[in-house]
Amino acid sequence: MTQEDTQKLGIVVSGSLNKGVEVKMDSSASVEDMAVGRYVTIDGPKRRFFGMITDITLGVIDQKLTLTPPDVSDPFMTEVLAGTSTYGTLHVLPMLTIGGDAASLLEGPQPVKTVPSHFSVVNLALQRDVELVFGSEDERKFYIGTPLDMETKVCLDLAELVKRSNGIFGKSGTGKTFLTRLLLIGMLQKGTAVNLVFDMHSEYGWEGRNERGQKVKALKQFFPSKVAVFTLDEESSRRRRVSTDFVVRIGYDEIEPEDMVLLRQTLNLTEPAIEAIYQLSRRFGKNWLQSTMEMKDSEESGDLLKELSIHESTFQNLQRGLATIRRLPFLMSHSPDNPVQRILEYLDRGINVVLEFGRYTDITAYILVANLLTRRIHTQYRDRTEKAQGEDTAPPHPLVITIEEAHKFLNPEVAGQTIFGIIAREMRKYNVTLLVIDQRPSGIDDEVMSQIGTKITCLLDNDRDIDSVLAGVMNKSEFKSVLSKLESKQQALIFGHAVPMPVVVRTREYGSAESYKDFIPSEQAEKDIEELWD
Amino acid sequence: MAELADRVGEVIEASTTGFVAQCYELYQSPPLGSLVKTRDLPVELYGIVYNATTTSLEPGRRPIARGKDEASEEEIYRSSPQLLKLLRSEFSTLVVGHKDDDKLYHYLPPKPARIHGFVYLCPPEEVKEFSQSFDFLNILINAHLPVSLDELIAASLRQMCQAYEDRHSFLVAAGKELAILLSGDFNQLKAILGRIKG
Repeated sequence: MTQEDTQKLGIVVSGSLNKGVEVKMDSSASVEDMAVGRYVTIDGPKRRFFGMITDITLGVIDQKLTLTPPDVSDPFMTEVLAGTSTYGTLHVLPMLTIGGDAASLLEGPQPVKTVPSHFSVVNLALQRDVELVFGSEDERKFYIGTPLDMETKVCLDLAELVKRSNGIFGKSGTGKTFLTRLLLIGMLQKGTAVNLVFDMHSEYGWEGRNERGQKVKALKQFFPSKVAVFTLDEESSRRRRVSTDFVVRIGYDEIEPEDMVLLRQTLNLTEPAIEAIYQLSRRFGKNWLQSTMEMKDSEESGDLLKELSIHESTFQNLQRGLATIRRLPFLMSHSPDNPVQRILEYLDRGINVVLEFGRYTDITAYILVANLLTRRIHTQYRDRTEKAQGEDTAPPHPLVITIEEAHKFLNPEVAGQTIFGIIAREMRKYNVTLLVIDQRPSGIDDEVMSQIGTKITCLLDNDRDIDSVLAGVMNKSEFKSVLSKLESKQQALIFGHAVPMPVVVRTREYGSAESYKDFIPSEQAEKDIEELWD
Repeated sequence: MAELADRVGEVIEASTTGFVAQCYELYQSPPLGSLVKTRDLPVELYGIVYNATTTSLEPGRRPIARGKDEASEEEIYRSSPQLLKLLRSEFSTLVVGHKDDDKLYHYLPPKPARIHGFVYLCPPEEVKEFSQSFDFLNILINAHLPVSLDELIAASLRQMCQAYEDRHSFLVAAGKELAILLSGDFNQLKAILGRIKG
């Protein structure tokens, strides 16, 4: 490389494919200018490698230096020693080969299968190298952010992304919601999938707020014709001046025993109580919930319990739990409309549905509704996909279901039983995938975690959380240091299916009028206006 | 002629690794560490001055003290003008490279210097040309000389840097080379660096 703007960092001095290579820094490059997560290119004699800095260490040529340090107040001394007796080493993980051999020239970057040879020159990656790796925005790829200290765009292949379940993780306040909103906008913009968002805090439908309390636009404001806002809490939506398309009401008769299993922990139900639910539903049929709640402490009901061999304390435990559910205002004995059918109708028309929970941010309500709706929608999707396979027609449009507080649905105890566990595992067979958002990834079942295609993680500092997010990643320890060094705002590590290599991005700006412009293609805006006049 | 002005002496003893020259004028030996050259055409030999002596012309006859009745040191020489002829100044150099066919080599020449070869002090341009490469430092470090190597290396770098406008950069570059060569001996490096800074 003889380009003027290349910045030589040093040369490769040792390393292995598994552990990455060590780069001795030139005296002209300062360790203080480096940052983990930055990209470098390594120019081997035959290939060009693209890698990431994962660690930076200080070295001395002679141990005496550490015991009797030189006079640091003497600038001449420090200048001479810098890069010779004292030097910096970079730990670089080569990830891809770019150019060099025929395959990578034709098919773009290839995963590395070897390491650069001794003393290959290491340069800071140029804009065009990064572009070569992460591509540029097109009809499949969505610009999500920029690499650290660079202006190049990092693009996610959304068509690939929606083929698997994905996860967005991070401590609270690290920008998960903003990232999710961005990703949803991307999916809407590219039309790669139709979304169903269980919006616990009502921040994806019409508008949300940033940390400074300013309003930021959400999906419906960008794509009014493509987004429908459903609500469980009409009053809250009205107060927030959000025009809703449908008010969801759920009848008691729509709740099945399977819907209750997930609530075992939140309702504090015992194992026998769950058994009792199945028995009662066999006995009462569709109206089991209503009937159970109406059972009084009479001899008649005592006999019934005896007949079903349900212990009295179990029954009391169950009734206490059901009383919690009963207090949820959006539940009624019989719903006038079928919300599942409505949601499916919208989804079929390619309209994305955001379900706002309004005031009912209680986890019980969230789990109950999300599980109930998803189970039915998934069944329908499965039927349709199978039908489409049988009749050789087009399968239904890919559906992405967004859930927050995912560890409540996907923890090891319930992941085997809930629909979300099944969706996460069966993945794309039925064209339904999940977008899970969570702050405690360690609470999610390992098996589910391993099936998550693309993981986008903001700062995490709990060791268990980091371990669980990075499970199954090669060179885990390298990424551990990168992950724990992320800034608490606007930075995320993306790795998995939709990116050619793990990448740390500064997420794209969201919230200013300028940033909004890019989300809607101008012809789209014009078309929307035309449709209005039609 | 500039060349004549730079002429500082004449080779009186030579070996593969160095040569000794006698100064034309008493006490006029080039400074410690300076770069001198002598010719054995077509080869030019470069040496670094590592030692200078002034002794009696005859080895057996030591000078005697004469100043008891004189007012100043100059008076001694004035009243005994023969002294200038009875004493001699010599300097010893270590050969650090040679030039053959206008090409510089920073290693020993195939043959030692010729006796009675004229010795010249290298002008700044030539010092600059020679010090483009620091390979000569290795010869200095590995030499076995009666003077301290630290002193000699520091003196030669101090002399050479005077040929440069940006003395600091030159000394830093030389220091870095030394840091690599003396990687196993930090104390020696520190001693040399302490003598060339500033």
